[in-house]
Amino acid sequence: MKEFGGKALFLDRNDINTDEIIPAKYLTENTKMALQPFILEDLKLGGFDPRRDIEGKGVIITRANFGCGSSREHAVWVFEVNDINVVIAESFARIFRQNMYNCGMLAIELPKQDIETLFTLGDTVEISVDLASAKLTAKGNKTVVFSFKMNEFDKKLVEAGGWLVYADKNY
Amino acid sequence: MGKTIAEKIFAAHLRDTPTAENVILDIDVVMCHEITTPIAITDLEARGMDRVFDTSKIKAVIDHVTPSKDSKTAIQGKILRDWARRHKIHDFFDIGANGVCHALFPEKGFVRPGYTVIMGDSHTCTHGAFGAFAAGVGTTDLEVGILKGVCSFRTPETMKLTITGTLQDGVSAKDVILFIIKELTVNGATDKIMEFVGPVVESMSMEARMTLCNMAIEAGATCGICLPDRVTAKYLWPFIKDQYESIDRAVEDFVTWHSDPDATYTQELTIDVSTLVPQVTFGYKPDEVKSVAEMEGTPVDQVYIGSCTNGRIEDLRSAARILKGKKIAANVRGILSPATPKVYSQALEEGIIAIFMEAGFCVTNPTCGACLGMSNGVLAEGEICASTTNRNFNGRMGKGGIVHLMSPLTAAATAVKGHITDPRKLL
Repeated sequence: MKEFGGKALFLDRNDINTDEIIPAKYLTENTKMALQPFILEDLKLGGFDPRRDIEGKGVIITRANFGCGSSREHAVWVFEVNDINVVIAESFARIFRQNMYNCGMLAIELPKQDIETLFTLGDTVEISVDLASAKLTAKGNKTVVFSFKMNEFDKKLVEAGGWLVYADKNY
Repeated sequence: MGKTIAEKIFAAHLRDTPTAENVILDIDVVMCHEITTPIAITDLEARGMDRVFDTSKIKAVIDHVTPSKDSKTAIQGKILRDWARRHKIHDFFDIGANGVCHALFPEKGFVRPGYTVIMGDSHTCTHGAFGAFAAGVGTTDLEVGILKGVCSFRTPETMKLTITGTLQDGVSAKDVILFIIKELTVNGATDKIMEFVGPVVESMSMEARMTLCNMAIEAGATCGICLPDRVTAKYLWPFIKDQYESIDRAVEDFVTWHSDPDATYTQELTIDVSTLVPQVTFGYKPDEVKSVAEMEGTPVDQVYIGSCTNGRIEDLRSAARILKGKKIAANVRGILSPATPKVYSQALEEGIIAIFMEAGFCVTNPTCGACLGMSNGVLAEGEICASTTNRNFNGRMGKGGIVHLMSPLTAAATAVKGHITDPRKLL
């Protein structure tokens, strides 16, 4: 199975919606790769500059209700083509969370206090995820290990490499 | 133990239970549009899996940008059109017959009580108005739906919203749902189904119920759902008259889907709407809602009436009540997009289009365009739009633009005055 982790990008806000992740005007692109430059273009977050802040990041750490709004899977693909394969949040909107797992990517929910802890680890935090033990390790100004709960079916989707492969095999 | 309507629909469509928390359902209707479907089509082609599970259960429409505005949108339309022809999908709607998916497909009788419906569009929850389980999904779910006719969901949890009292004149389903979203917040119903019941819902038309269910997603819900009844049966009668000997028989059948009295809900709320006043959003989230009185006087540059939330005939009729014999303010650009060709021609017949045009509105063809800032009314930086749509997200109707969501009545009153206005003053 593929490795999940990388340097963390902190997005300190609740309710970041999929229009902010990838505006609708780019939904006319017919390849995933074409979305790459437009990641988080309309994000309303003070001090955030997508062109400066995304470089080299592999994981997003954010607050509650991430990915709300439109069902556009482009919001997941734009992360994928920017080499971001994990989002860690206090909670997710249903469709975004399902889209992540359907693409074999991780949408990990952690309790509010664990998210708070992650936000205190400094500007440079390296995340590694171990799916088998359902643990994630965050190395920043100190190293902290968090356990997370994962829906068994979502885990099967990640192991299979996504919902299409799983569904084709099983139904 | 009793079941909710959603639990009954899930039980009737259960294909598999891969874990205790997850179910795989058989899907009755897979709906497709030209924004989220083409990538599913090209991916299926690339995998050598260009098949559809059942051509009669797939419905497709070009609605988001139509007529196409550039080469890219022309290609999206072409991919969907070629695919529909290749697979002989009978229910495909192109220029001349196309309209906003969540207004067009109900009008065609494609959604029935007890059905399961998916579409690569978050406002698919609209179809719950018919007593169906209808959920917005991403492109991969849509792709599997097209290929296999199944979709995965978590076992349903339902929130019951009982709406009581009497709506004042000038207050509509849009005001009710904006108020509910304010109360629940944008993730108050995440992973839940919002079941709308009570005398106010029972007395609502199908159009009003669709407005109610349309915005369930704005509280995070998987689906909004109403209990199918005589109103539903009458709306669907042209499509079901060969199936039932009378409307009474259809209603008897529909009632079997109703939630049992001892069904379990995760949350129950009663909302008395007798004192509800017109509502409007501020800020960039659909739960940021105030009374129109609190926002009164906010100037607007554009007024947009249309969309899957409020582009149906009743919406146009209610706006026309205000606009009749009046002119919109000089500082305002008014845009009307009737949601379907049927709504458009009905509005023409009733003289509603003339009222809008005489008031100074531009009337466009049916399309989703402006609602998501793709075409036909995109805002410039700093511009403000009073809109009957469903999302006020940052940049939604154009980069740097600001959107205030409201009912068609409030939008019409706002157009006349040039600033946010309580429609009850003009009735």
